[in-house]
Amino acid sequence: MVNMASTREIYGKVLVELGRQNKDVVVLDADLSSSTKTSLFGKEFPERFFNLGVAEQDMISTAAGLAASGKIVFASTFAVFGSGRAWDQVRVSMAYTRLNVKLVVTHGGITTGEDGATHQANEDIAIMRVIPNMTVIVPSDSIETELTIKSLMKEYGPAYVRLSRQSTPIIHKNADYDFKIGKGTLMRPGKDVAIIATGIMVYTSLVAAEELEAEGISARVVNIHTIKPLDKQLLIKCAEETGAIVTVEEHSIIGGLGSAVAEVLVENRPVPMLRVGLKDMFGESGSPKELLEKYGLTPADIKQAAKNIIKRK
Amino acid sequence: MENIKIKELEEKAKVIRRHIIEMIGRCQSGHPGGSLSAADILTVLYFYKLKHDPKNPKWADRDRFVLSKGHAAPVLYATLAEAGYFPKSYLKTLRQLGSSLQGHVDMLSLPGIEMSTGSLGQGLSAANGMALAARIDKKSYHVYVVIGDGESQEGQIWEAAMTAGHYKLDNLTVILDHNKYQIDGHVEEIKGIKPIGDKWRAFRFNVIDNVNGHDIKSLMKALDEAEKVKGKPTIIIAETVKGKGVSFMENKPTEFHGKAPSKEEVIKALEELI
Repeated sequence: MVNMASTREIYGKVLVELGRQNKDVVVLDADLSSSTKTSLFGKEFPERFFNLGVAEQDMISTAAGLAASGKIVFASTFAVFGSGRAWDQVRVSMAYTRLNVKLVVTHGGITTGEDGATHQANEDIAIMRVIPNMTVIVPSDSIETELTIKSLMKEYGPAYVRLSRQSTPIIHKNADYDFKIGKGTLMRPGKDVAIIATGIMVYTSLVAAEELEAEGISARVVNIHTIKPLDKQLLIKCAEETGAIVTVEEHSIIGGLGSAVAEVLVENRPVPMLRVGLKDMFGESGSPKELLEKYGLTPADIKQAAKNIIKRK
Repeated sequence: MENIKIKELEEKAKVIRRHIIEMIGRCQSGHPGGSLSAADILTVLYFYKLKHDPKNPKWADRDRFVLSKGHAAPVLYATLAEAGYFPKSYLKTLRQLGSSLQGHVDMLSLPGIEMSTGSLGQGLSAANGMALAARIDKKSYHVYVVIGDGESQEGQIWEAAMTAGHYKLDNLTVILDHNKYQIDGHVEEIKGIKPIGDKWRAFRFNVIDNVNGHDIKSLMKALDEAEKVKGKPTIIIAETVKGKGVSFMENKPTEFHGKAPSKEEVIKALEELI
């Protein structure tokens, strides 16, 4: 049985740790601090925590003003609001200015579940990665979340980090994991096909690869936690060595990881490729498990895509 | 003594207006109307009120100024050049490829710019962030921000107003450049913002109404008063004239919102600004 942990819970705890180490850390939220877990920081450092109320646009530009005054600002809300509602503020106040604001959002993707389509961010990776100067990271588990936040502390500049609502399987061991922003991680070797995944779909892809092996198919699994800057060399290597690519993301197949990978491979090493993700549609209310099944994000869907693409090699 | 200072500032504002006309006339694009309406406000800020050091633009204790109506960039460039942030000869590069004098202000390319603006409504939030930072750091600097009246139709202005009121940012002073016109016409005809003072009062601001935004002495007095108010932020409603100082622009405020004067009009305007 795999251990589970919440990425947003870890985020809240890491913020407190960083707040103790560095007095310039300031945290903002837009009335979702009990969900995003920034409330933990707010409790310990009330003088460095500001709740902007239900006003995401104001939150991002306020974050920019704080950052322009030397603060390291973490701003949090749900993924839909941080990326969508405040997109122009992210673009102008935060990214054009290259200010040190980390927009760390929770409730990314369809597993937001019962709240339904309005609250399921399936377009955020696309609209964040298109903005110049932005770093875009989707951690695959709680350990990677901690490493991401701590790495971003040391890296000046604007970033978007997408976390989940649900607890997710722990797939990394802290001690032996050499995490680097912009560097993909080989999770499982394989030669017939490379499954390139991000976020919670890395675990799902590992399950699929294991099942494929039982069927005699050797599937490589690569974790692309950093969508931008993308690890181009690793992707090109995967295309060269396996000759078939499947991308997997809890996001629209338009504009996200699949598109980013396609952009690199089409220009450098074109090979047959399939994208697993939401097929240009809105979600709906339902349990995360039901939604993953209905919208084609299960190990079975990944396996099918892998088999289909291997045939086209 | 004060009269001499006022006379000096009036002269300075005139010089800044001349720069605005010359810059925009040279590159044949830009926003003269809303730059001219704010010329006296920026003059009083930079040559009377702000604690700043052009030789050390990043001085930690400096007062901050944010031009939230970023399209009035020429008035800020002209003012910064006059204050000594960069050579006045550089003003002629406005809006040219590779110039630091971008169409809308860019904090990364020019010393003295505190925040990049241009997409309306964002500057006030950013100014709030600076005011909050001062509070965290226990610094006494003051944050000034100029917003437009057309800009006041942006929802984010009111989000930010609510933030400043809620957090009682008494180290923040907003100046509304109430020049009454926006691109499509008269503000009250497009989508009225009146009663504007009452709106800000309702958002928990100290409001200084009816300040003549072209009278140096009135602006000095209002800014001094604003700085002293404790427990709430202040807004100065500066009544201004779009295109102020150039008769044919004052008469056609909509036309000269975002249109450059022709060569002949530049000459005519400069004659009026002697």
